[in-house]
Amino acid sequence: MIAFLIKRLMHAVLVMFVISLLAFAIQDNLGDPVAQMVGQSVPESERQALRERLGLTDPFLVQYARFAKNAVQGDFGNSYFYGEPALEVIGRHLPATLELVFAATLIIVLFSVPIGVYSAIKPRSLISRFFMSASIIGISIPVFLTAIVLIQIFSIGITVSIFPDATGWGSWLNGLLSTSGNMPSFGRGYDLVHVFGSWDTNLATLSGLQHLVLPAVSLASIMLPLFVRLIRAEMMEVMQSEYVKYARAKGISMRRVYFVHALKNTMLPVITVGGVQIGTMVAYTILTETVFQWPGMGLMFLDAINRADIPLIVSYLMIVGVIFVVTNTVVDLIYGLVNPTVKLTGKPA
Amino acid sequence: MTLKKTILASVIGAAFAGATLMPLAASAETLRIGYSADFETLDLHEQLSGGVLRFSHMTFDPLVRWTKDFEFEPRLATEWEQTDDTHTRFTLREGVTFHSGNEFTAKDVVWTIERLKESPDYRAIFEPIESVEAVDDYTVEITTAEPYPLLLNLATYIFPMDSEFYTGETEDGNAKDEIVKAGNTFASRNASGTGPFKVTNRRQGVRVDMERFEDYWDTESPGNVSEIVLTPIAENASRVAALLSGSVDFIDAVPPNDLDRVRDAQGANLVEVPGTRIIGFQLNEETVEAFQDERVRQAVDLAINQEGIADRLMRGFATPAAQFSPEGYAGHNPELTPRYDLERAQALMAEAGFEEGFSVDMIAPNNRYVNDAQIAQAVANMLSRINITVNLRTMPLAQYWPEYDERASDIAMIGWHSDTEDTANFFQYLTFCIDEESGAGQYNYGSYCNEEIDALVTEADSEVDLERRAEMLQQAEAMLYEDAGFVMLHWQNLAYGAADGIDIEPVVNAIDFPYLGDLVIER
Repeated sequence: MIAFLIKRLMHAVLVMFVISLLAFAIQDNLGDPVAQMVGQSVPESERQALRERLGLTDPFLVQYARFAKNAVQGDFGNSYFYGEPALEVIGRHLPATLELVFAATLIIVLFSVPIGVYSAIKPRSLISRFFMSASIIGISIPVFLTAIVLIQIFSIGITVSIFPDATGWGSWLNGLLSTSGNMPSFGRGYDLVHVFGSWDTNLATLSGLQHLVLPAVSLASIMLPLFVRLIRAEMMEVMQSEYVKYARAKGISMRRVYFVHALKNTMLPVITVGGVQIGTMVAYTILTETVFQWPGMGLMFLDAINRADIPLIVSYLMIVGVIFVVTNTVVDLIYGLVNPTVKLTGKPA
Repeated sequence: MTLKKTILASVIGAAFAGATLMPLAASAETLRIGYSADFETLDLHEQLSGGVLRFSHMTFDPLVRWTKDFEFEPRLATEWEQTDDTHTRFTLREGVTFHSGNEFTAKDVVWTIERLKESPDYRAIFEPIESVEAVDDYTVEITTAEPYPLLLNLATYIFPMDSEFYTGETEDGNAKDEIVKAGNTFASRNASGTGPFKVTNRRQGVRVDMERFEDYWDTESPGNVSEIVLTPIAENASRVAALLSGSVDFIDAVPPNDLDRVRDAQGANLVEVPGTRIIGFQLNEETVEAFQDERVRQAVDLAINQEGIADRLMRGFATPAAQFSPEGYAGHNPELTPRYDLERAQALMAEAGFEEGFSVDMIAPNNRYVNDAQIAQAVANMLSRINITVNLRTMPLAQYWPEYDERASDIAMIGWHSDTEDTANFFQYLTFCIDEESGAGQYNYGSYCNEEIDALVTEADSEVDLERRAEMLQQAEAMLYEDAGFVMLHWQNLAYGAADGIDIEPVVNAIDFPYLGDLVIER
C-alpha cells in the first residue's frame, strides 16, 4: 500500500515535469503577452524593456531552467494579468470548480444508477426506450448548446404561442409550455458562505444552490447519458451470469438479487470509468464555466489563453495533471476496497 | 433571566428600528453591471486601456472631461486660461476631499502629472508637457516645450491621485507609488481618488464592489446610485442573457446579432452610440509592389462596399467611413464620403496594368473588433471582383499582434482609437512615414509614406489657433482620401443594454466611458 502510494507520487512528479516541458515548448505559439499589457501608443523600446524584465527574450532552455528552479521551491511565477503568484490565483479559483464538479457528480450518481438499473431490468418497457433515446440525444448535444438552451428556458423564459390562445385547451397548453425564467444565469451569486481560506461555498444557501443548478446540470448532461448506458450494459451482462441465475434458482427475492448480487458487481467497471471521467469533467468545466461566467479554474484558464498569460497557463496544466493522477489513485484505492481480490502493490501490473 | 430578556428586547428593538428605517434605505439604488472586461489594475498609470479608464471615471475625477458632443466639461479644474504660447493655468476646485479624507490641492495635480510622465504607457502622450508647477493651493501652471493645442485633451487623462496616500513605503519596503506592470504593487491594489465611488471589495476577474463616496464634491449631480456590483462577463451570449434574465441591470458591448433581441425585450432597453474607433485595412507596399501605385490603392478602396458591410454584416451597427475622424473631431471633413464604384475600380486596375490581377495574403484578428473575421472575409470577396485573390488568415488577438509587428503579410486589418480624441493621432500612428527614432508611423503596416501629409499634420500640431488647425487637419484627411493611403471601413458603434428604469442614455458617450456617478435610477 505504502509502496503503491509512493509510486503514484513519483508518477505525479513525472507528469508535472512532462506537462511543464510541453507547456513551455508551446508558449511561443500562444502569442505575445506584452501586446496586451501595454497601451497602443507605447513605443517598441518600452515593450522590449518589459519583455526583458519578464525574461521573455531568453532562450527556451534558460527560461525553462529558471522556471524549474523556482517551481521546485513552490514558486510557479507571477500571473501577468493578476500580478500575483500563479498558484494563489489558481487556489482562489479552485473551490468554485470543485463545487461545480461535485454537484454535477451528485446529479450523475443520483440519476444514472436508478435509470440504468431500471432499463437493464425492463429493457423493453416504454420508459426504458425513452431513456435510451434521450441518452443518445444527450451524448450528442455539445455542452455549450445545452447551457445556452437551459439559460433561455429557465433564466430568460420562453413564451409559447403555437396553440390557438382563444380556445381553453390552447391557452392551457401554451401556458404549460411557456416558462417564466428567473433562474440565475451567471456567476455564483452574492450569497456565498465563507468556509476557510479562499473557499466560499455555494452549498449553504438557497440562492447559492440556485446559482449552482443550471451549470451543474449542463456539466452533467454529457456524462449522465454515458453512465446510464454503461450501468445498463454492465447490469444486463451481470444478469446473464451463472451466480445470478443460481441466486434466482435458490428463490431469493428479485429485489435482493438485483440490488445486492447484481448491482455490486456492476459497479466495478463503473468506478473505473467514473474516476477517469471526473478528471475529464474538470476539463469540460472550461465550456460550462465560460457560458455561465462561473468564476472557476476553467474560465480563468480560457482568459489566460486569450491573454497569453504563460505562467498561469503552465501552472493550470500542471495542476490539472496532478488532479488526474490523484483521482486515478483514489479510484484504485476504492477499487481495492470494493473488490478484495485486487492487490495494490508497487510492482507494475 | 433578566439578561436574556434584555437581549431579547434589544433584538426586537433593533428589528423594529430596522423595519422603520427601510423606506429611507429604499431610495438608495444598487447597480449591477455586467461589463465585457474587468479593469486590469487599480493603478491608473500602469496601463492605458479602456477598462482602466472606465474605472478612473468611477473612482477618480479628471481635470476636465468630454461631453457627448466632444466639448470640455470642467471637473476638478473649474477654469483654465492660456497665459502665453506655452503656459496654461488651471484653477482647481476647492473643498474636494479624497476617499482617504485628505484634502485635494494643487500638489496632488503636480504629483499626478509627474507620475504620468514616469508611466511607460503615458510617457509618450505626456511628452509635450515640459513641467508643471503649483502656483498656489488651487492653481497649477503647465508649461509645454512647444506651443501645443491639445493640452485640454491631455487634461482628460489627468485624474488627480491622492499624493499623500500614495507616498511612503509598504510593509515589505516597496515604494507606494511605484509603477510595475503585472507587479503586485500598492497602487494596483489600493485606490484613493476624489470620484463618486470607492472600491470596497475586489476579486480580480470575478467581481468588484463599490459604494458611493459620502463626501463626494459634486452634490449637484443627479446620480443616485449608492452601490455598484460589477461582474465581468466576457462571453457575449451570456452577458446578453444576464441582462434579459434580470440578473444584471447594465451591460456594455451588445453584439450586433443580439441588438434586436435586446431592443425588443421586455424590461430592457438598448442604447446605441456612434463610436470613434476606425476599422480599416493597410496595404503593404513593401511586399506588394502594385500597392505603391496610387491607382491600385484607389481601386482597392473603390471595390469595397463600406455601406454594404455596415448595413448587412454589421446590421447597422457601424457608421461607414471615408476618413479617420468621426463626427465631432476637429479634422472631420464632411465632404469625404465612401465611394464604392466597382466599374471605376476595374478601370483603374486596367489602367495600372493589373487587369489580370494578382494574389495577396491578408491577416485579421478574430476576437478583437466586432465581427472582425467576417468583415475580413467580406472584403476578401469584394477584392476578388477586381481580380485580387486574397488568401485570408484570421487568428486570436494574442497571436495577431506579433504577426502584425512582423509586417510580412500583404494586407492587414487594424482598428484604431485616438488616445487624444484628436485627428492628428490617427495620422501619426497609422500613416506617417516610418521613423523608428521618433516612433512615427509605429502602426504603419504598409510603409505608406506621403511627406506632404506628414508636414501638414505636424504643422497643425503646433498651431494653437484651433479653427485654423481644424482646417489643416481636414485638408490632410482630403489628401489621404485622394491618395487612398489607408483603406477605411467604418467606425464601430457602441451599444449598451440597460434594464427598465435605468436611465443610461445621458451618461454614455462615444468614448465608451459611462459617467456612472451621474446615473439616475428610477424603479
